[in-house]
Amino acid sequence: MNHLDALPPWAAILVAIFVLLGALFAFIGSLGLLRLKNFYQRVHAPTLGTTLGTFFMLAASITCSTVLHARPIYYEILIGVFLTLTTPITLMLLVRAALYRDREEGSLDVPHNRPGE
Amino acid sequence: MSHDLLEAVIILAQLLLLLAMSFSIIRMLRGPRAQDRVLALDALYVNAMILLLTIGIRSNSLLYVEAGLIIGLLGFAGTVALSKFLMRGQVIE
Amino acid sequence: MIRRWFPHPLLSALLLLIWLLLKQSLAPGTILLGALLGIALARMYDLLRPPRARVHNFHLLGVLFVRVTLDIFRSNLAVARIILARNRSLNSGFVAIPLDLTDRHGLAVLACIITSTPGTIWVSYDSSANILLIHVLDLADEQVWIDTIKQRYERLLLGIFQ
Repeated sequence: MNHLDALPPWAAILVAIFVLLGALFAFIGSLGLLRLKNFYQRVHAPTLGTTLGTFFMLAASITCSTVLHARPIYYEILIGVFLTLTTPITLMLLVRAALYRDREEGSLDVPHNRPGE
Repeated sequence: MSHDLLEAVIILAQLLLLLAMSFSIIRMLRGPRAQDRVLALDALYVNAMILLLTIGIRSNSLLYVEAGLIIGLLGFAGTVALSKFLMRGQVIE
Repeated sequence: MIRRWFPHPLLSALLLLIWLLLKQSLAPGTILLGALLGIALARMYDLLRPPRARVHNFHLLGVLFVRVTLDIFRSNLAVARIILARNRSLNSGFVAIPLDLTDRHGLAVLACIITSTPGTIWVSYDSSANILLIHVLDLADEQVWIDTIKQRYERLLLGIFQ
């Protein structure tokens, strides 16, 4: 006997939709990582997984455990808060590092230092 | 009926996430530059966290969600340290 | 005296809340340890001498939150479409945006908004000339992006923080 069988049909379908959407966005994000052509284009791709991918999966998890009264949902909320705070920081640092390296090498694809920067 | 659907969807989602993780690993191996590899590692962390959430839904255990939270936090610290390293060649200045 | 021990009461309360959520208990010992951590970490944060944030307009903060959430949804779909489209020549590039916003908290919030929205990312900020550099995935017209950032976000942030 599975605990998911205790879900009423409407909740089961709702959770299914959330899970599918979440996985789909994460999948497309990683596909973009593989497909796009240069680093500055690729850096946009994983944001899909960290925003809507995680959002829908957390929504599925929260719906599931709220309807079942199974367990507290604090961790899901904490994951959401931490991820929204940390993702911009990592991506910004990474892009700055990439820009610094490209400028050091004198790459022509990136804008160059203006005085005072 | 709707429960069979849910089971099937969760398995499909896990397959999609495994594919997503393998895409990140391919990008990590292929590079071409260090920043591409770090970006791929970060995406791998996030995908692993989402995969753990689906396992948590399936097994109704808090443990997996907790593990997901920890992966998210460690992934953040790891990526920040690697980015610092790329920028200056050392982690702590 | 109160200021010395509780330089950032909101930060202390938030740390205590996160501690309680992580421990999942309301035992007196947990609360005590959480409160001590909250106070100690807030005092350590104060050693960095952070500039104080003054939020002038909470109503605009709500407006901004709703707008950013909607934009994140919309640009998720846009970026997904770009990734799934085969062999489309993609014109992406850097855009320099002259800003009017100088408040550091406002800039931090703007950085988080731009980076969290798929399709745009904050690259660098020149504080002497007040020029922001962003990278845009699907760049059709630079002026459109400059206007979008300035109209949609910067005007609200100016109202909130300055």
